[in-house]
Amino acid sequence: MFLSKEDEAILAGERGEGVQRAMELLVAIGEAFDASKMIPVTRAHAAASGQEGDLFFVEILAKGKAHCKIPTTTNPVVDFDYFQNIMDLSQEHEEASVAWKVKSYYKEIGAVMSQSCTPYLAENIPQYGEHVAFSESSATPYVNSVLGALTNRESIQTALASGVIGETPEFGLHLQENRKGSVLVRVNTELRNAYDYSILGQYVGKMVKNGIPVFEGISERPTIDQYINLCAMMNTTGAIPMFYIPGFTVGPTTLDDAFAGSHPDDKITVTGHEMKQTIEDLQTTNGNIDLVMLGCPHYNLDQMEEVAKLLDGKRLRPNVSFWINTSATTKLMAERTGYVSVLEEAGVHVVIDTCIDMFCYNNFKGKTGMTDSPKCAYYRRFSNVRVGSLEECVAAAIERE
Amino acid sequence: MPSITLRCHRIVKGSGEGEALVSKDPICFYLADPKTGVVRERGHSLTGKSVAGKVLIFPTGKASSAVQMDGLRKLMLNNAMPKAMVVTDVEPVLVSAAALLKIPLVDKLEKDPFQVISTGDLVKVDATNAVVTIDKRE
Repeated sequence: MFLSKEDEAILAGERGEGVQRAMELLVAIGEAFDASKMIPVTRAHAAASGQEGDLFFVEILAKGKAHCKIPTTTNPVVDFDYFQNIMDLSQEHEEASVAWKVKSYYKEIGAVMSQSCTPYLAENIPQYGEHVAFSESSATPYVNSVLGALTNRESIQTALASGVIGETPEFGLHLQENRKGSVLVRVNTELRNAYDYSILGQYVGKMVKNGIPVFEGISERPTIDQYINLCAMMNTTGAIPMFYIPGFTVGPTTLDDAFAGSHPDDKITVTGHEMKQTIEDLQTTNGNIDLVMLGCPHYNLDQMEEVAKLLDGKRLRPNVSFWINTSATTKLMAERTGYVSVLEEAGVHVVIDTCIDMFCYNNFKGKTGMTDSPKCAYYRRFSNVRVGSLEECVAAAIERE
Repeated sequence: MPSITLRCHRIVKGSGEGEALVSKDPICFYLADPKTGVVRERGHSLTGKSVAGKVLIFPTGKASSAVQMDGLRKLMLNNAMPKAMVVTDVEPVLVSAAALLKIPLVDKLEKDPFQVISTGDLVKVDATNAVVTIDKRE
């Protein structure tokens, strides 16, 4: 792979150990994928997890005095202040200490402390045609397909390495010829809400595994939350960095153009039967619940409005707790607009900066949780899981009148 | 039985050998028990089997961009990492974790690894020299 003189100097350690290790990683990736050179990227999103793997690399960068060269946002970890006030976390010392260190190191290297898993909505929005390095399951496909920027399926570490170097190896989705569809997905079922898109994504990711699906049979423009859910679930059950819904997503408006004239490698059809089966495979129970966990990915303002309307004037059942994870930006807007007060009145926890897969939710071990997110069901900290749409989650949590 | 030697494409250099464990499903290492390496994911072809000390043969990585590295790092801290990995369809998130944690990783074997390698075979992955050697168990 061709490297500039400056890149060679970084690789030789002349600019410090932090950027050296970052460059080593980018070169290793470039060589694995036969990249011929590096190209500039202008934004990055590191899907910080606050766990051991995350700590391993960000600590190397921070101790090696690396600093973010381009805007580099971060994922949710945990809102320490909030949880320390409402629960006893003394048993979670080990995980808490890792998460605390991770957050401090990100700040030290100059990352933007967005702590949001949907940064493309507010804190870090790539433009059409912009080359970027975005990790996080929903972010990669959203940025490629809904916004029309170009990113590979990054890990936290490659995104972070690009954040401190300002470059990425040129391969994969940075090259137009690799951005054509590979699998045709016929949707022969009605998609009524964001939950249906989640279930669709869950199934399609599992079936396609690694590729670029092209959807046929979606006749209405998906809403933002529907897109987010489709992206997040496909890129969790599979490795799906991009997709097409011709006519709605950026670029091709016909199936033929989405496949760039070539034939799809494979075709799958999704009917009500596959949707129902996917839900059954996810659930371990459809009985009583102890909690509702929403916001995986983080709820946006439209969803905050929706859940506030459903809970306005309602009361949660005794012994059922209700959690919505969102970004600081969204919560601020939801406060100003009045949604947060309605939700808090009903007894809901509106949590910022936090991922559902964090030690602060370890207290729910042994409990039954309900969620509208298959991804939350996959990574859950509670023991038994029920899934359903937002309306179904609310209905299961409130007292009958 | 004579051993079989196959050329391959190096992704992450290094060398590792051990008993083969073949998975027809993509793997998310976060869903393995961090202490034992036993796969806990429901409905996976490796459910209940341990990846610790094995040479893994699987199609590709999957799952979100953070957890592959977290999963492998936790296995490493507990000395329960796989010795080497052979994939058929490489994807960058897995490569990045393998590169940082120095787990030998190869693809593009000159024969389909799912045809040639069975669980229990003794497999040596010499990624540095792009060679995989297989001793069939029988």
